[in-house]
Amino acid sequence: MDVEILARIQFAFTIAFHYIYPPLSIGLGLVLVIMEGLYLKTGNRIYEQAVRFWIRIFALIFGIGVATGIIMEFEFGTNWATYSKYVGDIFGSALAAEGIFAFALESGFLGVLIFGWKRVSPRVHFISTIMVFFGSLFSAVWIVVANSWQQTPAGYHIVGEGLKARAEITDFWAMVFNPSSIDRLLHVWIAAILAGAFLVLSVNAWYILHKKHLEIARPSFKIALAVATVFSLLQLFTGHRSADGVSKYQPAKLAAMEGHYDSSSRADMYLFGYVDNRNGRTSGLKIPGGLSFLVHGDFNAPIRGLRSFKPDERPSQVNSVFQFYHLMVAIGTGMIALTLFGSWLWWKGKLFDKRWLMWIFAYSVLLPQIGNQAGWFTAELGRQPWVVYGLLKTSDGLSKIVTANQIIFSLILFTLVYIVLFVLFLFLMHRKIEHGPVDYGTREEIEDGARRDNPILEH
Amino acid sequence: MHTFLGVDYNQWWFLVFGAVISGYAILDGFDLGAGALHLFLNKEQSRRIAINAIGPIWDGNEVWLVIGGGALFAGFPVAYAAIFSAFYIPFMVFLIGLIWRGVAIEFRSKEPMRWWRKTWDIVYCVASIIISLSLGLMLGNVVEGLPLNKDMEFTGDWLYFFNPFAIFVAITTLALFMMHGAIFLTMKTENRLYVKMHLLSNNFTIFFVVSFVITTLYTLLYIPHLSDFFKARPGYFVIPLLMTLCIANIPRQIKKGKYRYAFISSAVTIALLLIMVALEVFPYLLYSPQHPNNSITVYNGASSQQTVKILLIIALIGTPLVATYTTFVFWTFKGKVKLDEMSY
Ligand code: HDD
Ligand code: HEM
Ligand code: HEM
Repeated sequence: MDVEILARIQFAFTIAFHYIYPPLSIGLGLVLVIMEGLYLKTGNRIYEQAVRFWIRIFALIFGIGVATGIIMEFEFGTNWATYSKYVGDIFGSALAAEGIFAFALESGFLGVLIFGWKRVSPRVHFISTIMVFFGSLFSAVWIVVANSWQQTPAGYHIVGEGLKARAEITDFWAMVFNPSSIDRLLHVWIAAILAGAFLVLSVNAWYILHKKHLEIARPSFKIALAVATVFSLLQLFTGHRSADGVSKYQPAKLAAMEGHYDSSSRADMYLFGYVDNRNGRTSGLKIPGGLSFLVHGDFNAPIRGLRSFKPDERPSQVNSVFQFYHLMVAIGTGMIALTLFGSWLWWKGKLFDKRWLMWIFAYSVLLPQIGNQAGWFTAELGRQPWVVYGLLKTSDGLSKIVTANQIIFSLILFTLVYIVLFVLFLFLMHRKIEHGPVDYGTREEIEDGARRDNPILEH
Repeated sequence: MHTFLGVDYNQWWFLVFGAVISGYAILDGFDLGAGALHLFLNKEQSRRIAINAIGPIWDGNEVWLVIGGGALFAGFPVAYAAIFSAFYIPFMVFLIGLIWRGVAIEFRSKEPMRWWRKTWDIVYCVASIIISLSLGLMLGNVVEGLPLNKDMEFTGDWLYFFNPFAIFVAITTLALFMMHGAIFLTMKTENRLYVKMHLLSNNFTIFFVVSFVITTLYTLLYIPHLSDFFKARPGYFVIPLLMTLCIANIPRQIKKGKYRYAFISSAVTIALLLIMVALEVFPYLLYSPQHPNNSITVYNGASSQQTVKILLIIALIGTPLVATYTTFVFWTFKGKVKLDEMSY
């Protein structure tokens, strides 16, 4: 196989695997802040136990996030040397800022979060929890800024030619606030918060179904449900903003997202469907003129179609872009429906009565995960064939001296390592969840707290 | 060329990059050293204490590597691209080592079974050794220089990296980290384990001194150009002299039981070693002995002046922040290790 395809597969595989964990860290971070805040405010031991339990899970997720993230940082140099030289000025600054402002904050305070219970006061511990959460939010800032610059470059000029050409910063803030940064950052943040909130929902739904740890599971479930409801609704809004941005700055991507080929006609919006890229035809269940309406407020306005782009300047995987995009939107809609229904039952005081609903929640952790991956695949496949939109082709961004064999070697190595990691991760998560939110304090504390507030813990 | 205090921006960034790398070597150095000697500890209790000594801080230490990678990428993208695509295979091995080191620390305590813990002990130790050796191997090759073509890309194959000098540097690095880690653990332990660590500190100091002397002799004999800098500027001999004093100070302080001072000495030794390396290679980031014109320097491999300036500002804002919370975290976990229910 040729180097380009291999390098792309390797990048996609390693980043997609990495991206299972960061969103969970970010989202769990918020839940931890809320729970610990409630504990400090009310002094209720239930919240403390919940926090201690989720911090243990957080540590596990965080650990794998770090291990897989280090790979990403250096993969640009190993596999995408030409690209690295081209964007070093811009992308490098963002990565450096990420290291200094985000990771150092996060990893530093993580130690206090996990091991500091007895060494610092509850208030300082709470501040550390907030710092870890902020750190994870910041890390999303820089990496999304860097990626957004690739999507919608701004604040730069190009110097040199051929292999020596590179982008240099002319205006730092224009680079940071490039046209898509803010919209995409909000979208990514919210998606991450959803990932964390749904993990908490799932685990607690499982406890509720098995009638375990109910005293802790019910309030935790409610906290997570409140978070999930609010942010699912917000996600619709930020998703719309992103789509709007795409329609302005990346018309070829927009056309691919809806499988729209003909520039002279109005564009439809599909609920689901299939794109036959060879013949340039899209079929499925659609709202005629829907996309035209969303973009221009007019069902009959024409929208630029894929055919108007040179064949080597438009995405080749149109059907994939289309499917991933629709999968994400379907999941977003489904999450809104699910959380609104749950909240409605909660309001009526019947939240935990419907077992089938708890079963759905028990598996709902998969929704944001799939949504996150589908979103990135939409954004990145839709950007092709450009690695920097309109400036540098993906095929030109490779390392010239790296051979297919080297990539195959490392790809096999990573695949094996990641499979083992993933299996271990699932195993340990399972064990922790099975063990449940008990016994995570000193013995007397738990015993005495348990007797006071929590009959279930006496075992 | 813009300058600040008479030093141009690129040189400033080279200094910042060097400082970050030294910070990494000093901080992660003791984690890696503690990992590399892990199997010398044979009791479950000792192993737990050793892991908990670095438990709350190793991740923060590793971040220095991430910052270093970012600093190189941003300030010297040409060098970043050339170095990592050249060191493809050793670097991948290094990264896989980092993955396993991290997860071994994390996973070990999660299950009580003996085979489980033994397995992770071995993974932890082997990964730490591999990381240290591959770091040293790459450092050795960077110091010696690599064959580069007109586009400043590496032209050798991966066997090229296994030359005697680089192998000596690799072993010296491992020895250095083991000494550093042993001293750190001595500082953090009590009673029987303390006595054992005391002994190990001495042994690893000897191991380090022997490998360091061999490497130095080899360099002087076979790669004389690496000492050109010092031959031309005898005044700078102060640095190797200081370093020798520092190394000599280590066993002295160990004997007196002043582990904090011994630890500071070994940290300073690491810094001085890297300063010597920096002086020898500067202004080259990657030297090409066969075709010196193709070498990457802090000038032809750098980002634009504007970018370097922005980076310096970022570093100026970021460094005090990082220093503050690193100090806070280290201070929180100062003193001897005590195991409790939240420990690994
Ligand atoms: C939305 C957020 C987000 C995105 C899009 C990415 N990451 Fe990530 N990354 C995180 C959010 C994050 C995090 C939540 O902040 C992690 C998880 C655990 C941690 O320490 O930080 C992390 C860890 C992490 C680490 C380890 C940091 C440490 O040692 O503490 C590195 C080097 C990277 N990432 C690099 C990358 C690169 C190069 C990416 C893209 C190409 C990337 N990440 C995508
Ligand atoms: C700023 C950070 C990022 C950079 C510089 C970047 C750059 C790249 C590059 C160079 C590729 C390979 C070329 C290709 O598109 O095929 C790629 C592909 C991809 N990236 Fe990103 N990316 C970034 C962030 C992310 C993140 C965080 C994700 C999260 C999941 C992601 C998902 C993907 C996917 C799924 C592909 C595969 C597309 C394919 O198979 O072609 N990207 N990206
Ligand atoms: C509710 C309807 C949604 C809409 C209309 C929507 C819209 C979009 C659009 C247009 C993009 C591409 C942006 C670009 O290429 O610049 C995108 C990307 C993305 N989406 Fe969504 N989205 C929705 C829901 C979700 C949900 C529920 C999740 C996950 C929980 C999610 C996660 C992502 C991610 C991670 C990306 C990639 C990052 C980015 O490009 O911003 N989205 N979304």
